[in-house]
Amino acid sequence: MNPAQQALTQNSCPEGWLPLLELSAREVFEIMLNSKLEPAGEDTSAPPSEFTAMVGLAGQLCGILTLRCSAQTASLMTCRMLGSDPAQAKEQMWDAIGEVCNMVAGNFKNKLTGMSDGCMLSVPTVITGADFTFHSLADAGSLELTMIFEGAPIQIALEVHS
Amino acid sequence: MNKVKALIVDDSSVMRKIVERSLRQAGIDLAEVREAGNGAEALGVLKESTVDLILCDINMPVMDGLEFVKQLQTADNGKGVPVVMITTEGSESHVVQALSAGARGYIRKPFTPDQVKEHVIPILEAKQ
Repeated sequence: MNPAQQALTQNSCPEGWLPLLELSAREVFEIMLNSKLEPAGEDTSAPPSEFTAMVGLAGQLCGILTLRCSAQTASLMTCRMLGSDPAQAKEQMWDAIGEVCNMVAGNFKNKLTGMSDGCMLSVPTVITGADFTFHSLADAGSLELTMIFEGAPIQIALEVHS
Repeated sequence: MNKVKALIVDDSSVMRKIVERSLRQAGIDLAEVREAGNGAEALGVLKESTVDLILCDINMPVMDGLEFVKQLQTADNGKGVPVVMITTEGSESHVVQALSAGARGYIRKPFTPDQVKEHVIPILEAKQ
């Protein structure tokens, strides 16, 4: 059993995972969106959950990674990915946000020593609309990260099952 | 280098567009780009058209990229066309599985046009 798996059996996310999650997100945004994520201030409120992308992880690491943002931010991310204007991006927003979430999840698991080989990703799912409650069955802790993309907050969270 | 007919296989239409743009940014002169949303669709595309290069995701519904590469080796159409995987699955076992199945290259997402160039150009040059 590797250290990460050992920590998960103790119902906590291993120390060091939050910086790796942040690095994973930064790399995806810099490479694929040509945009530098900024750290959120302490007074930054969470973004409205108008777009929520989810990717499941199964195997040695089980859980779900979510990315939440406003519709306006989702549109801007899509424009950045495709180099298109907002009108053209409208039809592609779900797909784009799902792919960003998918790449953050993949990049994160590839950085975890001993986890990458034994962990599979699901295809992404994207929920639109804020009127829902997320009931996580995670029992091994969670990580939450709020960062600023082009002036607007985005939230990335990892809920982990032991 | 001659003009290239490419097939891009990914369940995300956004990613298919990004891969196409990356090929162009890598300096590859594309004569035609065909698209498929999964491995089964890609096999269908290859029944009706010939391509010089296939860029393929791994995690896709219906038929994933690894199964597609395996089936391509015995397919009537498309056998011998170089396949480069472009995927979030970055583990060594996935790389080994893909290359063993017949893929010629492996690019991890997120990727830059330079990485596409580095992996794809030598394959195309060797083919020509």
